[in-house]
Amino acid sequence: MRTVRGDRPGIAAQAFYYVFLTIGAFISVFPFYWMFVIATNERGAASHIPPVITISDQFIANFERALDKTEFWTSLGNSLFVSIMVTASVLFFCSLAGYAFAKYEFKFKHFLFFFVLATLFVPQQLSVLPTYVIMAKLQWIDSYKALIVPAMVNAFGIFWMRQYISSAVHAELLEAGRIDGAGHLRIFGTIVVPIITPAIATLGIFTFMNTWNDFFWPLVVLKDRSHYTVQIALQQLFTTRDGLDYGMIMSATFMATLPLLIVFLAFSRWFIAGLTSGAVKS
Amino acid sequence: MPQTAQPAARLVPRTKPSWLTERRRSSLTAYLFISPFFVLFAIFGLYPILFTIYLSFYKWDALGPMTYVGMQNYQFVTEDPIFWTSFANTLIISVMGTIPQLILALLIAVFLNSSITRFKKTFRVLYFMPNITSIVAVTLVFSAIFSNNGMGNWVMDLFGLDPVAWNSGWWGVKLAVASMIMWRWTGYNVIIYLSGLQSIPTDLYEAARIDGASRFQQLIRITLPLLKPFIVFTVLMSTIGSLQLFTEPYVFLGQTGTSSTREEGLTMVIYLYTEAFGNNFFGTAAATAVLLLLFTIVFSMFNMWASRKMGGDADGGAV
Repeated sequence: MRTVRGDRPGIAAQAFYYVFLTIGAFISVFPFYWMFVIATNERGAASHIPPVITISDQFIANFERALDKTEFWTSLGNSLFVSIMVTASVLFFCSLAGYAFAKYEFKFKHFLFFFVLATLFVPQQLSVLPTYVIMAKLQWIDSYKALIVPAMVNAFGIFWMRQYISSAVHAELLEAGRIDGAGHLRIFGTIVVPIITPAIATLGIFTFMNTWNDFFWPLVVLKDRSHYTVQIALQQLFTTRDGLDYGMIMSATFMATLPLLIVFLAFSRWFIAGLTSGAVKS
Repeated sequence: MPQTAQPAARLVPRTKPSWLTERRRSSLTAYLFISPFFVLFAIFGLYPILFTIYLSFYKWDALGPMTYVGMQNYQFVTEDPIFWTSFANTLIISVMGTIPQLILALLIAVFLNSSITRFKKTFRVLYFMPNITSIVAVTLVFSAIFSNNGMGNWVMDLFGLDPVAWNSGWWGVKLAVASMIMWRWTGYNVIIYLSGLQSIPTDLYEAARIDGASRFQQLIRITLPLLKPFIVFTVLMSTIGSLQLFTEPYVFLGQTGTSSTREEGLTMVIYLYTEAFGNNFFGTAAATAVLLLLFTIVFSMFNMWASRKMGGDADGGAV
């Protein structure tokens, strides 16, 4: 589109670009395909030489063995519940905080915002032990509260919302709302939220995805099988000692990945747009 | 309230206590809006960090009373050869997983950004797909690929190479884990670099061509210097991320059903996790966490320093 005459690389360079990019794209996609191949073939298919690369009809049989070994649907439901709760709360609290940092004047605003950013760089593992102790004191071990409450608002979300609101929401609109006598929350709900829907969509997808994929913290706090999130359930399948049944493991992995894959392919525009604008400004 | 709204505020009569001016009201509202973050951070961020530092000077099994032991936890950890194994493993896997990855991502981004390349959107979506997969899922799929008679060794054989013991060899484990990291994160960095490339004005390249600069010279003199903020960002993020490496080796090597991870893939966070939740040594685990933070700070500062050094002539080169 922004070609300048004389800029076009030669035919050899063009061919090289395409071959390179296609091989890269193939490597990106192939494991997904192969996961499905192993999930649909009989249990030992992963160690065939030469490798099995065609889809077969054993998916149901494989997946039934997975259902015997784990409470798969329960764990899927648990993940869904935790992810939805975290996402809803992150969207609410981060957009409010981002709005305050973008459009209000108050003492120590810059210092506080800098502080929010600084917390982004603190490794999660540093606080894992005392947080575990707090959870034990609150008797939240093995409950979803331990997963949801600490994640209810996060620094990245505030940063992301602030950046978007500062550039997308104009002061005149807010002023108009004030002159009409609307209160702070009402202005936020009726004027700001409709404008920032794209940012909310992106942050929502990211938060959902990260919560769904989280492994470390659920591994630490969840004890009972019926409370496992889907990632822990998957890992448990892999730990079973009676030989590695890759057909079964891959069928469960496929089922756990499918929801995210569908969400991603349906909303890939939001994903990628969000990622880029987040990075540019940091 | 928005600062521009201040004059209008006085026109609206309200029956409020006199100290509660509109200005104060709006400040209070702002504090209220941002308070959830600070409350949660105080409880689940700041307090735990301070407590970790405090705990690192005590002996504690998470149940009984705490005993002050001074620097003994640090001494124990730094004299434990397994800790240094975990440190070396973390470092080696990070280097193997991130440096080739970032170079590859940069190349892909440059090719994708080229004016001749079509199907850009499709490529972007395909490259980004691995990043949405959970680390557990990635590890499981790659364990199937790297199983003893799996596809990994078949491919090695195709290229005439000897089979590798992916799940027990010293290099094998590291290669396998590094390849999982690469697969999941290359596309992410491609997207970041691509957005950087798109922010470079095209007339810079035109001017360079008029001056007779070759394509390679353009890459070195224009693209790389102007992409520097993005490169610094990705290097920093990858460094911090790989120091926290846990899930890939933990899941990949956990299959034997024992509680400990094979030494070939032991990382610092696995060491920490095992000390705390395997052995109930919360004191040494806390000392490990503090050391991890120190390493993170040192590596981040080194990154910043190195990028500032390298960027010495960036502005001059770009114009």
